[in-house]
Amino acid sequence: MVNITIDNRNISVPEGTTIMEAAASAGIPVPKLCYLKGINEIAACRVCVVELEGMDKLVTSCNNVAKEGMVVYTNSPKVRAARKRNVQLLLSQHDCKCATCVRSGNCSLQKVANDFNNIDLPFKERFEDTPWDKTFPLIRDSRKCIKCMRCIQICDKVQDLHIWDVTGTGSRTTVNVAGNKKISDVSCSLCGQCITHCPVGALRERDDTDEVWDAIADKKKIVVAQVAPAVRAAWGEALGIPLEEATIGKIMDSLKRLGIDYVFDTTFSADLTIMEEGNEFLERFTKGELRLRPMFTSCCPGWIRFIKSQYPHLVPQLSTAKSPQQMFGAVMKTYFAQSIGARPEDIFTVSVMPCVAKKGERNMELFYGEYAGHDIDAVLTTRELTRMIRSAHIDPTTLKDRECDPLMREGSGAGVIFGATGGVMEAALRTAHYLVTGKNADPDAFKAVRSPAFGTGVIEAEVQIGDATIRAAVVSGLGNTRKLIESIEHGEVHYDFVEVMACPGGCVGGGGQPIHDGQELAHERGKNLYFLDSNAKLRFSHDNPDIQKLYNDFMEKPLSHKAHMLLHTDHNAWEMPAGKTTE
Amino acid sequence: MSRLEILAPNKAQVVVEGLYRDLERRIESSPPGLCPVDMTRAFLEMCHAQTCGKCVPCRIGLWQLKKLLTDVLDGKATMGTLDLMESLATAIMDSADCAIGYEAAHMVYKSLIGCREDYEEHIRQGRCTCQYSQPVPCVSLCPAHVDIPGYIALVGEGRYADAIRLIRKDNPFPTTCGFICEHPCEARCRRNMVDDAINIRGLKRMAADYAGKVPPPACAPATGKKIAVVGGGPGGLSAAYYLQLMGHEVTVFEMLPKLGGMLRYGIPNYRLPKDRLDDDINAILETGVKVEFGKRIGQDMTIQSLREEYDAVLITIGASTDKKLGIDGEQAEGVLSAVKFLRDVGKGENPDLAGQEVAVIGGGNVSMDAVRTAKRLGAKKVSIVYRRRVADMTALPAEIEGAIAEGIEVQTLMAPSRIVTDDSGHVSGIYVTPQMISKIKDGRASVRPTGEEDVLIPCRTLIVAIGQDIEYQHFEEAGVPVERGKILTQKYGGFDNIPGVFAGGDCASGPASVIKAIAAAKVVAANIDEYLGFHHEISCDVEIPEARLADRLPCGRVNMTEREACERVCDFNGVENCMTEAEAKQEASRCLRCDHFGYGIFKGGREKLW
Repeated sequence: MVNITIDNRNISVPEGTTIMEAAASAGIPVPKLCYLKGINEIAACRVCVVELEGMDKLVTSCNNVAKEGMVVYTNSPKVRAARKRNVQLLLSQHDCKCATCVRSGNCSLQKVANDFNNIDLPFKERFEDTPWDKTFPLIRDSRKCIKCMRCIQICDKVQDLHIWDVTGTGSRTTVNVAGNKKISDVSCSLCGQCITHCPVGALRERDDTDEVWDAIADKKKIVVAQVAPAVRAAWGEALGIPLEEATIGKIMDSLKRLGIDYVFDTTFSADLTIMEEGNEFLERFTKGELRLRPMFTSCCPGWIRFIKSQYPHLVPQLSTAKSPQQMFGAVMKTYFAQSIGARPEDIFTVSVMPCVAKKGERNMELFYGEYAGHDIDAVLTTRELTRMIRSAHIDPTTLKDRECDPLMREGSGAGVIFGATGGVMEAALRTAHYLVTGKNADPDAFKAVRSPAFGTGVIEAEVQIGDATIRAAVVSGLGNTRKLIESIEHGEVHYDFVEVMACPGGCVGGGGQPIHDGQELAHERGKNLYFLDSNAKLRFSHDNPDIQKLYNDFMEKPLSHKAHMLLHTDHNAWEMPAGKTTE
Repeated sequence: MSRLEILAPNKAQVVVEGLYRDLERRIESSPPGLCPVDMTRAFLEMCHAQTCGKCVPCRIGLWQLKKLLTDVLDGKATMGTLDLMESLATAIMDSADCAIGYEAAHMVYKSLIGCREDYEEHIRQGRCTCQYSQPVPCVSLCPAHVDIPGYIALVGEGRYADAIRLIRKDNPFPTTCGFICEHPCEARCRRNMVDDAINIRGLKRMAADYAGKVPPPACAPATGKKIAVVGGGPGGLSAAYYLQLMGHEVTVFEMLPKLGGMLRYGIPNYRLPKDRLDDDINAILETGVKVEFGKRIGQDMTIQSLREEYDAVLITIGASTDKKLGIDGEQAEGVLSAVKFLRDVGKGENPDLAGQEVAVIGGGNVSMDAVRTAKRLGAKKVSIVYRRRVADMTALPAEIEGAIAEGIEVQTLMAPSRIVTDDSGHVSGIYVTPQMISKIKDGRASVRPTGEEDVLIPCRTLIVAIGQDIEYQHFEEAGVPVERGKILTQKYGGFDNIPGVFAGGDCASGPASVIKAIAAAKVVAANIDEYLGFHHEISCDVEIPEARLADRLPCGRVNMTEREACERVCDFNGVENCMTEAEAKQEASRCLRCDHFGYGIFKGGREKLW
């Protein structure tokens, strides 16, 4: 242990503790901006500076460790002056149009600037104007970037995709797409982790709320919405609704109050995915197609973009099943449209997703009879949903639990856990067990694939289903994924079935979720989904009566011709920009 | 009333003079990779502040040039802007009245022509191609990229053995380099911005002197692959060391009786004591490297025979033949190359120079080694004969100073003309043509004859130290590409048409430095490993001390001291004294730890393995 004095308080901390952590342990939260534990400890913003007794120059508390006998002042006149100046300097290059910023009220710079009582700015402003393709699902506003470098670090260290880099030198040093390229020309997975780790509004998703408002206003359109499992675990955070009250039923109520005609829960199509993907897995496994390489799940579009750009030769190993979002879109425009006597083109499908990559995935085409269009017409992130609710001035306390519309109302607990890493695998194993043995296993029989904590790399499990032993692996985060694929390719490991989610912790930690600077909430949100599953009346996708009805009345059976036409996809039908960005 | 008055500098001017010196030091430590357009703009800004304001081209022209440069940087320029800049710079160069104007414009002109691509990239893409990729100046300038801040911190804590372990990750010759490295690492040391560069080599020497015997790390499990290394100099031995650590089985073929190459047979004992060289070599051999002595490529074995017997072959034969003067009388007795002279001394076959007059042709480090060795062999008078000035010599300044202190005569601006012999055919002197310094060509001052008569420099021994070549005949015959006296490898150290054969060090680069040979050895070791189908990584688990939190107050640099000249010329013992522990601690504490402070903590600060 090391004994130090911080602001005249004697404290004792383990060796190797940073000054910032030491201060925090004594209830002194040193202000900070660029710091992101374990990811970005580069002491760039100089906001977390503190004064050490016996030293003239201030030191950063984020990346310097406490040493025995150190006497630290976190709020001396010198510290306050330097800290305030540095924030003023950042403000001189940050476009402070907070009124039009998606991060207003949730902006670390805004908070720090406010806290330091910065009222009159003494410096001339200069903003950087770099062109950006505003049609791309990921938007960077150079006028707001404070060069904290977090986006670079997240993409390098966690996602291992190296999309962002420092460009330029000297006073013109800034952040942009690596290699002087355009964002649309690189292998961005659209995971959105750079957005959720941006302290300000420099990175955001393309806002598609106006398209949805327009569709709602269009009398000829029947607007049909779906809400992904992970959204329920996080949407309340942005509206101040306590976790236990932020139910999926209230999301359905809010959507109806926004004017959406029909509302559904994506857990329904998650169940449908399990029927298709589970059967596909058993077929490929039994045929021996997975002896060399596993079948990979296909529900995460960030992962699909990753594998297509980084390991194109492995694309045939992907399940051909569409993601639950796309499946639902296809079903809405066919089966559901038929049921209400509408044509596919009358239906406007909206999905609410914890995800930015889903905005890219929606470009996937749908052909059905005369219809040529898309499964999904607009994708909103969880954040956009909450913005729509706020803009419709709905008082969250007035929201009531509302059931989904009939026909596709039911969703199982297996579908709900799709939102957490390991959930797709567990749901698939539950159904695979039934398909092989004809009996339901204990619903918690496959909980070995659940993540024990945030940041777990790969989870492996060997499960016995009938006579067969299935080697399963679950991974989240693209850096972890790359490592896993490398060991598969080097023959160090072998699996039959691998679930991949691009975002660490799965969709609950998705790039479209509410942002809490410096906190990783994926695991906590995931626990909520597992809680919902454990209390669900349906625990198995194949037990979902609405799914059974869908097959009986429309799709015939899993992997039928019709199912192939509507619920499966050709991953080679579209191209990622060529080449690895890492080279 | 007084008619004249004594001018005292005013306070502001004194301060500005100080700032000039600060700026000089700052430019000296300018980090690599900066945008040339932005730097040109910054220089131009200063140049413009120097204008007296009298003349139009300088007063207004430089300002307009700066505006145009800024447009380029701000993405507001077109290709036409570059044409305008070029023609404006030319007009200023042609019409400015004094150097303040025309030299400023010339700087811009040179930048515009030489960095054209960067300017165009700014205009077309609105972005710069430059990147600040190597933020720790010493590490990036060390050819072998040794973790310098790391070992300096270890020396500062008295952890000398750990310092040696850390250095060996990138350089298996820590002791040797502690004595004789040319220390390119010090050139842009950021400490220059405060006062003066860190004495990096001195601190390495400190680690080597105080560490005691440090065993090498364990080798990786045996791969069963056999590698032949031809030539046991620093390059060959370094590659052998790393390849052996990677688990391969390495055999070094050495034509001379002992290992070390130029380190043993070129560099005199007084600069690098041989027992200290053996410290490094013994550690390398401890990894299990095998050696076959007395084997010369082309005679005792061929590239072909080695390729048949080994999985990979590495050529590191160095550059050990001499270049000739090409003047009359060069074949005379008593005329010899510095390479041969120093090799004989290295073998213990000392020529008797007692009472002789000796002349050495050349101004490089080898030349300094030759004169100082001749002095120690009892020569009465030893002269350096050099065609340019002392300032133009390529030898390290400390070597030149050392030689002069030991009583060496320096005959500059003298170009060899012809060698004269006595009746027995033995050299008796050399006629040299007096030169005057002349125009600067490609950054180097040229010379031309003054027109005076040739001068005779009498000598009984004439040593030629004007450069080295390789013995390439065998390689040419074996199909290894050779060009201009060098083996021509691809960037990875191999040859596309001869798989499994690699080359590195002086024989591939031309005569260079120990540290460059070691750097090349790292490259070929890694690439041979890959060629053999492996991906072994070399790392070091020594934990590096946290950066010290303290003000970096200006403090003088600890320089190495030397034994008294009159004493040291009498023997071949080491000349340089090591620092004391107190000095080393202070010197280490001067390090600014660019691995922790500045860009290094973000990117490129520490490569833990290669």
